[in-house]
Amino acid sequence: MAVVLEARDLNKTFGAVTAASNINVKIDQDSVVGLIGSNGAGKTTFINMVTGYLKPTSGSIHYGERDITGLTPRRITQLGICRSFQIPQLFNNLTVFENLRVGVGIAARSERGQAVRQDEPREIETLIERFNLGGYYSQTAGLLPEGVRKLLDIAMAVAGQPRVLLLDEPTSGVSADEKFRLMDMVMTALKAQGVTVLFVEHDMEIVSRYTHRILAFYEGRIIADGEPDSVLKDPEVRRYVIGEHLHPHTAPGQGNTA
Amino acid sequence: MSHFLAIFIDGVIYSSWLFIIAVGLTLIYGVMKILNVAHGSLYALGAYAATALGGYWLATGHAPMGSYAMLVLAAIVVGLIAGPVIERGLLRFVYGKEEVVLVLVTYAVFLILEDLTKLAFGVDPLSIPEPYALLGSFEVGDLVYPTYSVVLVGLSLLVALVLALVLNKTRQGKILQAVIHDREMSAAMGINVSRVYLVTFTVGVMLAALGGALTAPTISVQPGIAAEVIVLAFAVVVIGGLGSLGGAALGAVIVGMVRAWAVHKLPEVELFSVYAVMALVLIVRPKGLFAAPEARKI
Amino acid sequence: MNNKLPSSGTLREQLSDRTVPLLLAALVILLAAGPFIPRWAMFLLNVSLSWGTVVLGMMLLMRTGLVSFGQGLYYCLGAYAAGALHHFYGVSDIALMLLASVLIAGAVAVVLGLLLAKYRDIFFAMLSLAFSMILFGLLVKTSALGSTDGFGLSVKTLAGVALSERWERYALFATTVVIAACAGLGMHKYLNSHLGRLAGAIRDNELRVEYMGASVRRVIHLNYVISAALAGIGGGLVGITIGHVDPEMAFWTTSGEFVFIAILSGTGNVLAPFLGATIFEGVRSFAYEYSPNTWQLVLGVTMLLVIMFLPGGLWSVFSRKKAA
Repeated sequence: MAVVLEARDLNKTFGAVTAASNINVKIDQDSVVGLIGSNGAGKTTFINMVTGYLKPTSGSIHYGERDITGLTPRRITQLGICRSFQIPQLFNNLTVFENLRVGVGIAARSERGQAVRQDEPREIETLIERFNLGGYYSQTAGLLPEGVRKLLDIAMAVAGQPRVLLLDEPTSGVSADEKFRLMDMVMTALKAQGVTVLFVEHDMEIVSRYTHRILAFYEGRIIADGEPDSVLKDPEVRRYVIGEHLHPHTAPGQGNTA
Repeated sequence: MSHFLAIFIDGVIYSSWLFIIAVGLTLIYGVMKILNVAHGSLYALGAYAATALGGYWLATGHAPMGSYAMLVLAAIVVGLIAGPVIERGLLRFVYGKEEVVLVLVTYAVFLILEDLTKLAFGVDPLSIPEPYALLGSFEVGDLVYPTYSVVLVGLSLLVALVLALVLNKTRQGKILQAVIHDREMSAAMGINVSRVYLVTFTVGVMLAALGGALTAPTISVQPGIAAEVIVLAFAVVVIGGLGSLGGAALGAVIVGMVRAWAVHKLPEVELFSVYAVMALVLIVRPKGLFAAPEARKI
Repeated sequence: MNNKLPSSGTLREQLSDRTVPLLLAALVILLAAGPFIPRWAMFLLNVSLSWGTVVLGMMLLMRTGLVSFGQGLYYCLGAYAAGALHHFYGVSDIALMLLASVLIAGAVAVVLGLLLAKYRDIFFAMLSLAFSMILFGLLVKTSALGSTDGFGLSVKTLAGVALSERWERYALFATTVVIAACAGLGMHKYLNSHLGRLAGAIRDNELRVEYMGASVRRVIHLNYVISAALAGIGGGLVGITIGHVDPEMAFWTTSGEFVFIAILSGTGNVLAPFLGATIFEGVRSFAYEYSPNTWQLVLGVTMLLVIMFLPGGLWSVFSRKKAA
């Protein structure tokens, strides 16, 4: 399997605070990877470094053959790494359609987009269909229900035609019954594209159901890396991520959100 | 050497004047996050009121020395009237809107006050030279200065001192600082933010009017002085950092010294130099010299 | 959820489709009526349409989320460029003068825009104001350019064609109308293109635009230069119409008037700035005659009313919701 994304000896400190410590990880193309860890463990810092929002203190990030350490978010997006946000970043005064039109328009005019001549209106319709946004076509983004905002945010990221997609807590803020519907929809839409997906998640059920592999973060380090079954049973993970010692009656996969 | 001294003294005088006209502006911005374009109009109102009140005082045969008190009284009266009227009557309905919108609102107030002032005081130039002329002049080497400028410098220092003391040593000052830092938290802590706004705005207006009142004896008071003063006050405040009182002092000193130097050495750039400095500072430190550090947003 | 997609084109888009026919109709009507319009009305229209062109540029900036308090810089540069050609080189050709206006204003904007594109909100407003005041200060102290008095200019030809006295006024009027119409049409097309739509996206959420792979700074820079060019040509037209240029054109209160008209007009349609400017100039001329000391009072009160109660005019600036 080709390695599409790699972090080598990645470190990030903010003064006395270590947000990322010695991160070494290789992500295979087309895999679906979950990032778990309690707040402040370093998952979002990792994503922020990969997408260019933060510059690592030391170490490097590689995208295929290319060293992308320290590039601007814009450049990294143009190269094919797109992201969604914990708090959906939308054009609140534009309609759903207009949001996607801007997104698709930008992607079509990037280097990668211009190499493949695109039918923009068709792209927009496809995205609307895949993410089930048809019913909200002319609604202003700022007035949408939270779950739909999340979907639109992810659809915008997908509009960028990414090879690697990073989702930051895609189901946070979405009600429990909606979470699975949302993830089902997203994953189906993505399967059609052929995309490597990394997503940050707090919900252990979601993570175990949709990922091939889990990276568990704690205090800036990766403390476990492997298949969902083994990672979620790892004692360190159980203690530091799931917090099992705090509520011993809960085991992963028993229908409780952590 | 005397050239250097001349520039320095001119700079001190001009800086003092700039500080008084700018400090109210930065105070209001710091607490209320409103960049008050009408600040210049209130300066003008202060000048007109001082001329009227002082003129009346002198015309009715009172002691000329009392005219100084009339100047200050005029400023206080303008503040006590215009402050609450504008704040309660208009501003409190627009709090929470974007900063740029608030600027437009105060710009509208400026336009309104320009004409109200004309209606109230007429368009002919007025003057009240007595407080200025009364004190005569003094010499420093072969340079002659009006004694009135000592009054200006002295008052400016006094205002700076009082404000510094109030802000740092009194309870009211601490409350003010809390609101400057975080309005919502302050309100959550039980501070009557509404009252703080009213008081702050009134004090800011009084300071603007004081600037005008003190300047009145040295100029011809006429329509148009508001528009000129606003941009100067802006420059000073922006250089020092919006909302910083120490910044206003530093900005005043910088602009004062630069202008004094320009007047003596390169008169062609006198006007231009102030705004050039402002542009330069904004380029190098976009938030001003003393701006507070901001927390990350994502 | 209903997955059927409605026919393309939002309501807003359908309405703005009437813009082009309206603009063309106005162009034709004005050109045809030109020879019969009384002198004072023609003068008024010239100034109104020129100012409308300036405000059109402001509208573009506001759609991008920026309020400039310094368009007077380019307005004045455009005027002085036209005037300088006459004053120093004896040029009296309308087309050449206007070309100079656009080129000089545009060139300065290309340079200043590199800097200004990094600023937002109040700081953008303040810095733009500072630059216009720098020009004011420079002009006032430059005796070669007439200091506070400025200097006069006159025109005799249009693109090389000599104008007889009878057609001189009409030529200037026609030029103004055509330029305004072209500016309006061009802006309309631009705003409905991908780049034009990016402006609104930037106003709403710059972060998202960057994270989609587009450069916010480049778009802002481009829009800044466009708005400067429009202000420059507006200034050139006014200078020629009035026959005089002076530093007051760069004073911040002039920029303030442009801002006022922009607020009044709103940013919804390219026709708005021209209508707003015409109303403004019309009211101003009459107010000056009958009650010169309440003119600004009326302006100020109107502005407040529009800000508080007519968000239709202010929609683009005020309903800008910052991403949480």
